[in-house]
This record gives sequence, structure tokens and C-alpha cells, in this order.
Amino acid sequence: MRLTPTAPDNMNRDETLDRTPPADDVVLRVEDLEVTFFTEEGAVQAVRGISFDLKRGSILAIVGESGSGKSVTAFSILRLIQEPGRITGGRMTFYPKSGDPIEITALGEKDERLFDLRGGHISMIFQEPMTALSPVHSVGNQICEAILLHQEVSEKTAWQMAVEMLDKVGIPKPASRMDQYPHELSGGMRQRVVIAMALVCKPEILIADEPTTALDVTIQAQILQLIKDLQREMGTSVIFITHDLGVVAQTAEMVNVMFGGRILEKGTVRQILKDPFHPYSRGLLAAIPSMETVRDRLPTIDSIVGDYDILTPRPLLKVPDGREVALGKHELENLLTGRGGPAR
Amino acid sequence: MSDPLDGHLMRVHHLCKYFPVYGKGIVKRQIDVVKAVDDVSFDLKSGTTLGIVGESGSGKTTCARSILRAIAPTSGEVLFRAKRGVVDLATLSPRELKPLRTEMQMIFQDPFSSLNPRMTVGDIVAEPLLIHGMGNNRERRTKVGEILEKVGMKAIHMQRYPHAFSGGQRQRIGIARALVLNPSLIVADEAVSALDVSVQAQVINLLEDLQEEFNLTYIFVAHDLSVVRHICDEVAVMYQGKIVEYGLVEDIFARPQHPYTVGLLSAIPSPDPDVVMKPILKGEVGDYERFAGTG
Repeated sequence: MRLTPTAPDNMNRDETLDRTPPADDVVLRVEDLEVTFFTEEGAVQAVRGISFDLKRGSILAIVGESGSGKSVTAFSILRLIQEPGRITGGRMTFYPKSGDPIEITALGEKDERLFDLRGGHISMIFQEPMTALSPVHSVGNQICEAILLHQEVSEKTAWQMAVEMLDKVGIPKPASRMDQYPHELSGGMRQRVVIAMALVCKPEILIADEPTTALDVTIQAQILQLIKDLQREMGTSVIFITHDLGVVAQTAEMVNVMFGGRILEKGTVRQILKDPFHPYSRGLLAAIPSMETVRDRLPTIDSIVGDYDILTPRPLLKVPDGREVALGKHELENLLTGRGGPAR
Repeated sequence: MSDPLDGHLMRVHHLCKYFPVYGKGIVKRQIDVVKAVDDVSFDLKSGTTLGIVGESGSGKTTCARSILRAIAPTSGEVLFRAKRGVVDLATLSPRELKPLRTEMQMIFQDPFSSLNPRMTVGDIVAEPLLIHGMGNNRERRTKVGEILEKVGMKAIHMQRYPHAFSGGQRQRIGIARALVLNPSLIVADEAVSALDVSVQAQVINLLEDLQEEFNLTYIFVAHDLSVVRHICDEVAVMYQGKIVEYGLVEDIFARPQHPYTVGLLSAIPSPDPDVVMKPILKGEVGDYERFAGTG
């Protein structure tokens, strides 16, 4: 179906799609992804045409508030969007280290490759570890299940691999924990088990959807450190979905700022957190109470964004310093001259 | 007679709340106690905000609830300057307590479960007035309308049900319900932690505006230290049921003394990528080697 060129979300879709194969260091390419939920009240677009690359061995953060479409993006990479939602446009391609690229969006629901992908090449950890774990199976059973699904090993080897993995994620006395049930573990320990389950098949991509939001700061710090250490050790590429800019600053290399199903700004963590261009990114940063200076009133996103209409879709423009930002051409030019010429 | 409160609004003295632990078996036998709140004391000045911070399981919520007598404390004193004079909330009978409930209210964490989905917003906010037999139907409606406008909602919202509102708006409704009785003390238990940053900033600003307007005193229970830093005047850091550090917010954040406070502060991820997080607390609450790295 050809869409009218005037529709703002669907600007000549097919011509904008980049058909050239990406550089070697891209492990996942998302192009113009669109996800729509067909509810009784009508169609709701949760993701409205977003594109980004995930670099091999790097950590990409997707930040945004509730309803920005960040979690839907994560779920669609694993093709986990459930009815009434559907991926209604765009392409996602996974480039494994060895073997042919897999076009995730083209796979059938029963395709063997989709099962390999889920939990094998790409795995996911969730905000609430209890939802990811079965309450009626022991920790050991659940990790072994993941191993046996994706690897041709004996049950005994799988058990040993599970114990080693539990040790790796920092669970004390791993062998004795294998027979315990999730309810016997604390929140932090459960999240460690989930991470062990996600990484035991050595996936190339790990998607972490708010993995530390339900945890105390002290435990959060430990889990973030653990994810970073394991990512470095195993060379995994990570997509980190979060609303917490502190978490982003301490983990990610690249950042996508999402709002209303669109990416408003993407760049390196330094560009976005030290010097955000888009009014929404600036608002998001300013609304966090500072630990250093105490002001009388907190700036809210509304007060920073002001009259600027962030709902109107604008294409991402490339800035000389490498970032991309969804601002009008003139606004961007004004911004850059205001800063004394084109940015670095 | 001298003022037992020295001009403060509240004085908590050696407050304890122990929960019994029963053994397994047919005969119910108490084998131990969990000291959820263990010998907690502090003073609360009128019109200020005290933050109670700590990890989950540190006893901060139990402490806040025992102060309000939402649960009965095991021992200790909670002296409170009520309109009719100074009372000890810890020992009052339920009947003596009920009229005092108008002077202290609570705001809850989860704006979804704290509002009855089958009641309209107007009924939710009017319910405290009804319970305490204040005003007639028309007076109550006027009062509810006024309060809703104070918290940034509209009087026409009264007929709607909670599901029609966003998380931030629901939290405003919860605040309106707490305010409608004109309390002097409000206990906010993680009142902003379920909200997005942008909405969180609005609700924090609202709480501060209301404090100024009505001379409210807040006890702000939270785990987010940057929010506490912003909103509180004094902080009590709780660990394993005890206050391990207590003082002015600037002092505690600038010069934390207790290793646990130091550890808690070191675990906060800064939104500045150049400030690298160096968490020093190991393990979890109650672990023996917790402070191994704090030196």
C-alpha cells in the first residue's frame, strides 16, 4: 500500500529506507519501525517510525517517560508485541557475528529462526524479576531450561554451566542456590538470576528493560556494575531501556531520547547529557532534583519546553558533531549560531 | 507548666515496633522478634520537612506508620501538638485518637491502588469529611471543589472516576484527600517515586507550594536521595530499624558521618557522565560483610 506523501509519519517510506548493508560494527539495524495497537477506540501508534543502529559491543540507552514507546520498541525487537498490537511498518535486521543477516520483521510466527533468536541470539531482562521467573520451578531448573533449549549439551553439563553462571553474576554459594525457589531470594538476587538466565546462552544482544527500577539504589549500583562487567567480558551489545538519566550516564555510550513514539535526539551520552539540543531532552535533564545545588522550584519539562511544539513530527537532522536532533532547520541553525558557529 | 515539646510540632521518643516471629508446629510459639523500628527518636519543627531515608527493609515505612498510629507501636512516646493540647499518640485509646486523625494525614506511594476505582473523585476527596461528620452535603462539595483547585485540578473533575486520570493527576487527588481536613502534619510515604521525572517535578513543586500556604509539616519517606535533598530540611537515615544518622540535609549530604550514609550516597548514579559512580556498599541489608569496603 502506498501512503499519501503528505502524511507526516509516512514520508515516502520506501525511498528513505537505506538499502546499503551497514558497516561491520552494526549488530542490529532498525529502520522506520512502526508499531500500532488496534484498540476498540481506534488505532494507537505507539512507535511512529524510528530508526537506529546498535553498534557491536556497545551499550545504547533508550530514554523516555511512560508512554514514549521505549518498551514497545524493545518488545518488537524480539517480536513479542501481542494482539491487539502489530508491527505495522519498517524493518529490523540482525547481523550475527557469523552467518547471514536475519531480517527479524520478515520472520514468520513459527519460524525456527525466531525461536533461535529469542533467548539465543537476543535475550531480555525485565523490570520486575518475579514476572520473568516461574514461581513453581527452582532457580536451577529455569536456567538449565534456557541452556537445553538453545544448546546441545547433556543435562549434567547444563547444570554445571548454570552453577558457573550463578557464580559469575555474584550469587554466593551458587551450588546450594540451584535448588531454591525465586520467592526465597531477595529482589536483587532474583535480578541476578534473571541476568544469569539471559546471558547463559551468550547472546549477541541483551535488551534490559528498566532492570534496576524496582531495586534499592545500593542494589541498583551493584546490578549496573554487574551488567557493565559482563558486557565487557562477553562482548555483548546492550540496549538499555530506562527513564533514569543517572543510570544512562553511568552505563551507556549512545543515547536515544524518545517521546510520543519518536526519537527526538540521538547522540553520545556526553552530547545528550552534557549539552542537549532538543528542548525536551533539556527538560528531562532539568527536572531531576540536583544533588549539588538546591533551587527553590524544580524546572518542569513544560517550563523548559515552553511554547515549543514537541508533538509535531520533525525529521532528525544531522548536526556536525555527529548527533541527530528532531528540530526544524531554522531552529537548529539558530541554535548553532547561538553557540558560536556549527558545533565541533 | 513548661512545654514538653519545646515549641516543636512533634517529638518522637524511643519509639519501638517489634513484630513477633512464630515457630513452625501445631502450637503457636513465639521464638523471636523482628525489630522493625528500634529506639527511634527525633523532633519535628512546625512547617518543616523531615526526610526518612533508607533501603527497603530499613523500617522507614513502619516508623512512619507507627508515628501516625496506623499500627500500634510496641513502646515509646509520640508527643504531638494537637489543637486541644499536647498528646501522646502512642498511648491514646482508639476513641481519643479518632478526632486527632483530622490533624494528621497520609499520602501513599501508588496512585493506582490508593484510590477506590468505584468512587468518583468528589466522593473520594469528600470521604474524610464525611467520616468526621464535617459540614452538610453542599458545604462538603464546595470544600472539595476548592481543594481540587488548590492541587491543580478542576472542580468539574469531581464527577469522574480515578481511571480517567493519569498517575500525576491521581497523586494530586490523593494529596487533595489528605488536605481536605486541614491537617498540620502530612506523612508522604514514597509519594513521588512512582511518577515520571517531569510529573514528579510538578508534584514536588505542588507539595512545596502547599507547605508554604498552609504551614504544613511533612514527614517524607523516600528512597530517592536526590528528591530528599531537594525537599527536606532535616533527614533521618535508617538502617535495620535504627536511625544511624540524623541532621540538617545540607550537613548530611555534604559531610555524611556514618559509613552507611556514605555508602548510600555513593550508590546514586549521577546524570553527569563525568561523575563516575563508585558504590562502596557490598551485599544486602543485614549481610555481615556489608561495610567491608567502607574502611
